[in-house]
Amino acid sequence: MCAANVQPDRGANGRVRVSRAALDLDCAAEVERISRWLVDAVARQLHRRGAIIALSGGIDSSVCGALAVRAFGADKVFGLLLPERDSSPTSSDRGLQVAKQLGIRYELEHIAPTLEAIGCYKWRDDAIRDVFPEYGEGWKNKIVIAGGAQGGVNFFKLVVQSPSGTMFDRRLPIRQYLQIVAATNFKQRIRKTIEYFHADRLNYAVIGTPNLLEYDQGFFVKNGDGAADVKPIAHLYKTQVYALARHLGLPEDVCNASPTTDTYSMPQGQDEFYFALPYAQMDLALWGYINEVTPEDLAPVIDLTAAQVAHVYTDIASKRRAAHYLHSRPLIHERP
Amino acid sequence: MQDIKAKVRAYIADNFIMGGDATFADGDSFIEQHVIDSTGFLELVMFLEETFGVVVSDAEMVPENLDSLDNIDAYVRRKRAA
Repeated sequence: MCAANVQPDRGANGRVRVSRAALDLDCAAEVERISRWLVDAVARQLHRRGAIIALSGGIDSSVCGALAVRAFGADKVFGLLLPERDSSPTSSDRGLQVAKQLGIRYELEHIAPTLEAIGCYKWRDDAIRDVFPEYGEGWKNKIVIAGGAQGGVNFFKLVVQSPSGTMFDRRLPIRQYLQIVAATNFKQRIRKTIEYFHADRLNYAVIGTPNLLEYDQGFFVKNGDGAADVKPIAHLYKTQVYALARHLGLPEDVCNASPTTDTYSMPQGQDEFYFALPYAQMDLALWGYINEVTPEDLAPVIDLTAAQVAHVYTDIASKRRAAHYLHSRPLIHERP
Repeated sequence: MQDIKAKVRAYIADNFIMGGDATFADGDSFIEQHVIDSTGFLELVMFLEETFGVVVSDAEMVPENLDSLDNIDAYVRRKRAA
């Protein structure tokens, strides 16, 4: 049974009953179900001979890699490790550990020279210097989100750290925000270009690794990590992906790692950059939103007030609207 | 002071609707009418700061100040009077 797909339990008053058990998962059955689906999707529908998985060292790509091995066998899965200048060495090490544990063929390719050549770091740093002119060699950066979880309009702050360790933050004007995001999106798009090179070379399908939270809320780069041929965990909440990781016997370091973006040079949690709440609360908030749980009923389950849950629901709806563009295929004019 | 609404309406019509046929009343929520998305609000804030000489603080980035022509008009007037 996959909790993401069952009808919610309703009380006598018709209101959905909610508890943390809503995200419980029969992992063995789910692995079996996804494995069968992957074989059907890749072999019968897409006519590919195996799968490409880019391993970031995070929980989602590790689980997708393990599922691919269960589905196709290790000899039909090709792993890619694609670190760049701002990648955490820990993430790269974990990705390598997973590739070795899965027993798959893999290739490690540093993409920093490609990103340098295409202007990724220059465009980003030019925009950062518009806000902090002193930013330069030895400085670090990240973007953090604010506003939405408190009922306001989402906006973004640029945080920089000087070589001596002093931190500064300032609200990002829209032009600089867009330029920094556009520049860093090169990272996901270059990675995807390399994934498709190997997919074409081997006649394999590319696996996309979003979980339900990311897929629903638009936490991906269009034509970057959002591009794929199959997305085997896009129906699972992050909590459920962690449960699958443990069930699949992935390395302890992977199972216990906190979700990060691994995109900016300062450490950055996904809830700092995009989501209103840490994933465990955010999963239940999205489950509550989808299943029409009232803020009053959900509040005690995720340790927030009803007013805070109402703000989070508003933020979820706002991000769903923004995600519409990310999910859209090219729009085609109807025939006359 | 009537020109606050007129200027913002013209900006929205030009920048977000781009000559399309969407219409909205002074009290309509931009969010509910799907006129402005989350990135659009950041563009709108920049427009307000550049056009009316106000500085929108982090705490003021709320729908009560920004999510309709009526709300913007009242907000900009309060800021100018302060």
